[in-house]
Amino acid sequence: MQTLYLFLVLLLLATLVYHFGRKRAIAVAGGQDWVQSLHSLPSYYGLYAAVWAALPAMLLLGLWAAFQDTILATLITGELTAGELKGQRLEFLINDIKALTRGGLAARDASPELRAVAETYARYQQLSQILIWVLVLGLALGGGSLALKATHPELRARNHVESTVLVILVVFSSIAILTTFGIVLSVLFESIRFFQKVSWQEFLFGLHWSPQIALRADQVAASGAFGAVPLFAGTMLISVIAMALAVPIGLMSAIYLSEYAPRVVRAWAKPTLEVLAGIPTVVYGFFAALTVAPAIRDLGTSVGLDVSSESGLAAGLVMGVMIIPLVSSLSDDVINAVPQSMRDGALALGATPSETIKRVVLPAALPGIVGGILLAVSRAIGETMIVVMAAGVAANLTANPLESVTTVTVQIVVLLTGDQEFDSAKTLAAFALGLTLFVVTLTLNVIALHIVRKYREQYE
Amino acid sequence: MNNDAEPNKGNATPTASDNVNASLKRRYAAERRFRRFGAFAVVLGLIFVAGLFGDIVSKGYTAFQQTYIQLPICFDAKLITGEGPAGCANEPLQLSDEALAFDRLSRANYRKLIRKALRERFPAVSGRLEKRALYRLISPGARFALREMVLEDSSLLGQRMDLWLVADDDVDMLVKGQIDRTLPEAERRIKDRSIAWVDSLAESGQIEKKFNTIFFTHGASREPEMAGIAGALAGSFYTLTLTLVFSFPLAVGTALYLEEFAPKNRWTDFIEVNINNLAAVPSIVFGLLGLAVFINFFGVPRSTPLVGSLVLTLMTLPTIIIASRAALKSVPPSIREAALAVGASPMQTQVYHVLPLAIPGMLTGTIIGMATALGETAPLLMIGMIAFIVDIPQGALDPSTVLPVQIFLWADSPERGFVERTSAAIMILLGFLIAMNLAAVVLRRRFERRW
Repeated sequence: MQTLYLFLVLLLLATLVYHFGRKRAIAVAGGQDWVQSLHSLPSYYGLYAAVWAALPAMLLLGLWAAFQDTILATLITGELTAGELKGQRLEFLINDIKALTRGGLAARDASPELRAVAETYARYQQLSQILIWVLVLGLALGGGSLALKATHPELRARNHVESTVLVILVVFSSIAILTTFGIVLSVLFESIRFFQKVSWQEFLFGLHWSPQIALRADQVAASGAFGAVPLFAGTMLISVIAMALAVPIGLMSAIYLSEYAPRVVRAWAKPTLEVLAGIPTVVYGFFAALTVAPAIRDLGTSVGLDVSSESGLAAGLVMGVMIIPLVSSLSDDVINAVPQSMRDGALALGATPSETIKRVVLPAALPGIVGGILLAVSRAIGETMIVVMAAGVAANLTANPLESVTTVTVQIVVLLTGDQEFDSAKTLAAFALGLTLFVVTLTLNVIALHIVRKYREQYE
Repeated sequence: MNNDAEPNKGNATPTASDNVNASLKRRYAAERRFRRFGAFAVVLGLIFVAGLFGDIVSKGYTAFQQTYIQLPICFDAKLITGEGPAGCANEPLQLSDEALAFDRLSRANYRKLIRKALRERFPAVSGRLEKRALYRLISPGARFALREMVLEDSSLLGQRMDLWLVADDDVDMLVKGQIDRTLPEAERRIKDRSIAWVDSLAESGQIEKKFNTIFFTHGASREPEMAGIAGALAGSFYTLTLTLVFSFPLAVGTALYLEEFAPKNRWTDFIEVNINNLAAVPSIVFGLLGLAVFINFFGVPRSTPLVGSLVLTLMTLPTIIIASRAALKSVPPSIREAALAVGASPMQTQVYHVLPLAIPGMLTGTIIGMATALGETAPLLMIGMIAFIVDIPQGALDPSTVLPVQIFLWADSPERGFVERTSAAIMILLGFLIAMNLAAVVLRRRFERRW
């Protein structure tokens, strides 16, 4: 909250400085009639001063907001080593202390040591807040007044402002890179820590997955088993079912809509099908778990099959429905990109429309279609909510779609929701699974985009 | 032609056109089959759309009504404040300030009032178990409504009023016909004697279905009849607002730089490939990123709209960037050249001439990105927005949940009453999404310019 107020005060200050800068530039030029003697328009002098007032201060504020918690936590960690607090879980203690300072935790429930530390924490927090107000406002006023003082007809205000804006744009555009690095680093570091506890051979090739952490050390399978093959198999099974539904329907509807359908039908059917792509996956999950899965189970029971109520089939079919619009719109794009002259040539030779499509259009569009299907596969592998809600949690190694299977994404969710300690092999396993997922989907995407791009170059 | 010119001797080898003619029937059949298959695929797709929506609506429309039971409630002053006469004489009472203190009124046992009214309505009920079953007709949350009434107007004390109280979810399901009365008693959640009470109430007109305001004004609850989406809506609102504030400037800046200013070199190529690939990274991986970087490294508080919006920002950025670049691309170069020709700097050209023309397209992309963010669930589970939160969050730093996560949580609940509420929440969510997408379409139609 403090950060927000300070930010708003800074904005106000910058607006004021802008007006002063503009006025001052006009004054330096010798009045409104002599503005052309300035290098830049007066508003740029205002902007120049405003940038000097706001930018360094905002940077400082941003750093403070990002790191104050960490720094404060380190500061009080020193005090925690004393007395009975020693040896307890640090993060819990810090949470307690924060709750105490906020008044969220009743003071009488806390031990006197904890209360003492909480008081220190509150003092530090207050100090840091006063400090940041003083520093930020000082920096803003200092920068602003320096820039105002520098106003001079020869000052290249516009160029300075524009190059600052350009730098800001470059910083913005590297956020995307930072995100990728963030993903890679966060997932990688935790995975490395996981592989120090569990060997990667066991993880990639082990056939048994049961990550429960035992309550007592002497319990059976106390360390848990982290063989991820059942998860990979489950993911594959559900993706295969989904693709078996989505590819024929998606492809055939794309062909029909682009080659056969009357204009009116296309104008209505295409957007309606694309509605499927806009529906949140949690809705599909609900549909799968409460409508499709019971229906399949009842159907199976009526023909004498024993179907699990969390069957991979239900999750796979619903996921297939979700993917139909992806396959169909990507195929539609590539089919439309095939030049009309090729169709005309085949038709002129006496081929029927379907022969033209099967022998000429589809082979020409094949790379694009394959690329689209790969993208759809990567989507199916990374899909989470449908499988979390409709597929099971138990890691069965089976190829039977009527049984309950689990997937990589389900296990990530299961391992990371609820109470968790951050260092246990169980939590770290989620990051190892995330790394696998990231690598596989990224590879699929790179290949798919490469195929699509290479194909497009042929006809353009 | 040569073949035709030569005389055909009896049953000699057939000509090419004979071959073609003979195969025509088969080929036309194949043509029809192929075409029918295509039409079938489209129809199947449309059936899926209709089935999905039909299923959700048919399950959820009943949740917009809630069963209420009318009972004469006596605000017994003696029971509530410990002062004044017992029972209700419908006369104004003089009570001491101490008795009317906020503390005492809010701590009083209002459940007793309801129980007493129920016992008076069904005097034949006796025995502990039977009484308990009787009390279960009314929702355990109903007493809070009574408390609110008394806190607002203490002159109610000593009065008897006919009030509509929220019925329990089992009664609600029974009245809505979602519990099969023909099932054997052991398989039903609601027993025969309760059904008899409900029928007796219905006969005397003391049961009524009313519009379900609770659903729109309450936060989460363990009792289906007291559960609402207000908390989740507020959480979604804060999360989405922050996401918009973070992602729009970032995306527009990135698009502007990459499309208009960036030199074509390896670094910018790398950024481009990166953005395209980020758009296809599974959303759950962004959740892992949020957990490891924002929560564990930067110490952003868990479960808050702030951390949720940071994750969703990173997730929607690629979508908005790609749309914004397309919008910039569609502005014709002549605009830029004209501006540059009269002496504008490149930055001035962009800010005063190109951006205003590209903004509608960028906004369209942003709305679509926001719609995906609104429906996103998986990464938010990782960063703790899954907590059970009864209070409606008041700001971006309060623990909260969002609408899709609420749907996920309710879908997991075993009570029958939650099924219809989940479907209703989905209808609300889909309503928002449809509205946003329509807005995007309208925006595009309205401002789209063909150059």
